[in-house]
Amino acid sequence: MTRTFLGMPATAPPGVGHLRGDEPFPAAARRALADPQLRRNLGHATGTIRGKSAAVIDEVPDWPQLRAAGAAIKADVMARLPDLLVQLEAAVTAAGGVVHWAPDAVEANRIVTGLVAATGADRVIKVKSMVTQEIGLNEALSAAGITPVETDLAELIVQLGEDRPSHILVPAIHRNRAEIREIFLRAMPGVDPGLTDEPAALAAAARRYLRQTFLSTPVAVSGANFAVAETGTLAVVESEGNGRMCLTLPRTLITVMGVEKVIPTWRDLEVFLQLLPRASTGERMNPYTSMWTGVTPGDGPQEFHLVLLDNGRSAVLADPVGRPALHCIRCSACLNVCPVYERTGGHAYGSVYPGPIGAVLSPQLTGVADNASLPYASTLCGACYDACPVMIDIPSILVHLRAEAPHPRAESTAMAAAAYTMDHPTLYAAAQRAARLSRLAGQRGRGLPPPLSGWTASRDLPDPPAQTFREWWAAR
Amino acid sequence: MRIALFVTCLADTVFPQAAKATVRLLERLGHEVVFPAGQTCCGQMHVNTGYPGEAVPLVRRYARTFDPYDVVVAPSGSCVGSVRHQHAWVARRAGDERLASRAESVAARTYELSELLVDVLGVTDVGAYFPHRVTYHPTCHSLRSLRVGDRPARLLRAVRGLTLVELPAAEQCCGFGGTFAVKNADTSTAMLADKMRHVLSTGAEVCTAGDVSCLMHIGGGLSRLRAGVRTVHLAEILASTEEAV
Amino acid sequence: MNGRDVVLSRLRAAVSADGPAGRVPRDYRRERPVDLDRLVERLTDYRARVHRVPEAAVADTVAGLLPPGATVVVPPGLPPAWLPPTVAALPDDGLDVARIAAADGVVTAAAVGVADTGTVVLDGSPDQGRRILTLLPDLHICVLRAAQVVAGVPEALARLTPRRPLTWISGPSATSDIELDRVEGVHGPRVLHVILLP
Repeated sequence: MTRTFLGMPATAPPGVGHLRGDEPFPAAARRALADPQLRRNLGHATGTIRGKSAAVIDEVPDWPQLRAAGAAIKADVMARLPDLLVQLEAAVTAAGGVVHWAPDAVEANRIVTGLVAATGADRVIKVKSMVTQEIGLNEALSAAGITPVETDLAELIVQLGEDRPSHILVPAIHRNRAEIREIFLRAMPGVDPGLTDEPAALAAAARRYLRQTFLSTPVAVSGANFAVAETGTLAVVESEGNGRMCLTLPRTLITVMGVEKVIPTWRDLEVFLQLLPRASTGERMNPYTSMWTGVTPGDGPQEFHLVLLDNGRSAVLADPVGRPALHCIRCSACLNVCPVYERTGGHAYGSVYPGPIGAVLSPQLTGVADNASLPYASTLCGACYDACPVMIDIPSILVHLRAEAPHPRAESTAMAAAAYTMDHPTLYAAAQRAARLSRLAGQRGRGLPPPLSGWTASRDLPDPPAQTFREWWAAR
Repeated sequence: MRIALFVTCLADTVFPQAAKATVRLLERLGHEVVFPAGQTCCGQMHVNTGYPGEAVPLVRRYARTFDPYDVVVAPSGSCVGSVRHQHAWVARRAGDERLASRAESVAARTYELSELLVDVLGVTDVGAYFPHRVTYHPTCHSLRSLRVGDRPARLLRAVRGLTLVELPAAEQCCGFGGTFAVKNADTSTAMLADKMRHVLSTGAEVCTAGDVSCLMHIGGGLSRLRAGVRTVHLAEILASTEEAV
Repeated sequence: MNGRDVVLSRLRAAVSADGPAGRVPRDYRRERPVDLDRLVERLTDYRARVHRVPEAAVADTVAGLLPPGATVVVPPGLPPAWLPPTVAALPDDGLDVARIAAADGVVTAAAVGVADTGTVVLDGSPDQGRRILTLLPDLHICVLRAAQVVAGVPEALARLTPRRPLTWISGPSATSDIELDRVEGVHGPRVLHVILLP
């Protein structure tokens, strides 16, 4: 490998982490659609969150101005990303932290595993973090003999259920209370056998189970919602207090952060701390937000490491049309409004990033060929664009990625032929007549071959009219 | 006013009644409708399926065909959405800046039917008569790409004899999405099932919309169910008069 | 090339064609008047319990919230007059984790209150103490002065010092992880009282 090649934008390597699914979206979706319990759980949960979010956004008269500011700040961040990261590094270092740079998942896992091993700990507590799921950190830690304990309630449900996260914000959204009770009874050591399925009782069980672990584990791993280049301040927003536990109690804190999470100034937080909670959990403010700058003597972790991760982000940054996918603040509003996500759930997307944002982010991180079905997992209905607090035009990026995706040969041929015909009005009129006269479709379309039979499995095709519009016009 | 009709390939071939109704309506309102020869398709299917290169000649054809006209109307929110939000992008992507500016100029003069009526012609009561219980599906591209807002509802409310009933979860996509309905047929069907459930819950006899593509999808599903609800394009309702009934 | 050089050179290559960055429009609301009633309403809405009393009545209010003999963690700079004689004060002179966790409650001051969001912010000043003090006990009593209350998030950030460890608290610990219904009380304090002084 040459120096030049090493230094060029690169996609995330295969064989590590969770950015690639095992099967194309339509196949995975078909299985999810056949699960009526899943459909009900998702419908209930996404409906609830849409209502809550809409109500608290209605309270904010300057929501459009906040969105515009958020979008502009993120665009500015991307344009100056290398310089901002160098500034962040200097500020964190000056405050007593240590900054590490990871070109990909393999390097990030190696760095974190090495840091944990150096403390002598054989267990870490974790705050919910998308990026550590992305890189498969738990698997890497386990392979090194270190036990990762997920402390977010939903992540705990996923971990105990030996399951996969299916939502950015609520990873266990596909489970209802009865299923969660079953998982706890089966897999939570020391659980009360009389546990009910009341959400408060389930939360209390998690509290009891994790309390001693919080108090006795010397190392924590977190992600970050924001990192302020100007001050070196990191921010984690959360609800349960597990984040505060991890960020406060251990001696050593390791934060893994995608490079795109940096923001230029302290003041920029005033935009994102208004946008994020209302768009994500539908709260005016999430119960807890922790902010820390390096190390504070006598308060909290006395050793702080920040791992800055690329893992394909440079490739996204290099594509001017696809780049706004990096503006995402992981609120998951686009999932909650997406009619496709609401029906298929997150697992169908294969990657840890599901829903509309996942459909534009995952293929760009891996290279489109490795997630070729995801840009098509959308009707382009535009609900995601409207809901996005930083105004990412997801439909336009989807269309752009479809153009970059590998196409089936038969489809390419058909599309080229159709375009040729439509650019020649005489041929076009002839094709219209042919379609009508040959009655290719037969029986309202039920005799069509695949893939067109996908249409007629559940819908009739209209009978072709006796006369096209242009024939009628000409005869007028 | 002299108005050029962009019929759209789907209305031309499969749903000519929607286009004919557009002509009847505009002529009844005293306008001259012309049908520029040489028009075919906006190219949306190519763009949305990942073939923007193949769409370039169609974008050029659209710009060339309709550039001579001050006002262009199409009975399709989604085709107008493509003209307005995709044509210049397709041209720029192909490195044709001249075509991009021309496409932008023509797009600014291209209107969806309810936009034309309410914003350009300044009418909401078109003198129509349609004695039926009707529910309106806003369609994603009319709602979120063009932002036609309540224009169709205002037009429908002014139709004599018509009872407009609200469609639950109206803003949700019907699951058509062009080639989505074929590539992701199972998910599309699940979305359609919910849309049909909502349509049937209104007790309406007619489900209307400003897009023949969505109507073809919803209508195809309702027909399979033998549900007894018709899909009718907005133009057909607005073109209906007492004399014609 | 080390990891730092690889990442930075990749990112530099990715933005090499970029023009100058655009201006950030900041025409959202800033510096608005404070509405204390809104603070109370929004704290209450998220299940914090609010007590509006004069400063002389803080100790009595605290006494009413804790049973006699309750152990209360006390940051080093807390005004002594805020504590009633009925509780057993545990001043934080480096208390170990077990003693903090075993306490019945904690009393602190605050740095800032945010009316729009129903938030109190702690910044680790001597009257608020280390972050752990307000994390492990199950009940947190937070004393906030009206002069510390601002209207919204922008005004709050303007008053805070980034270098200090900051904890923004909006109601008691909660989760929406089960069917997206909010449930109060997971790992942080399950009960939050805010005593609002004039």
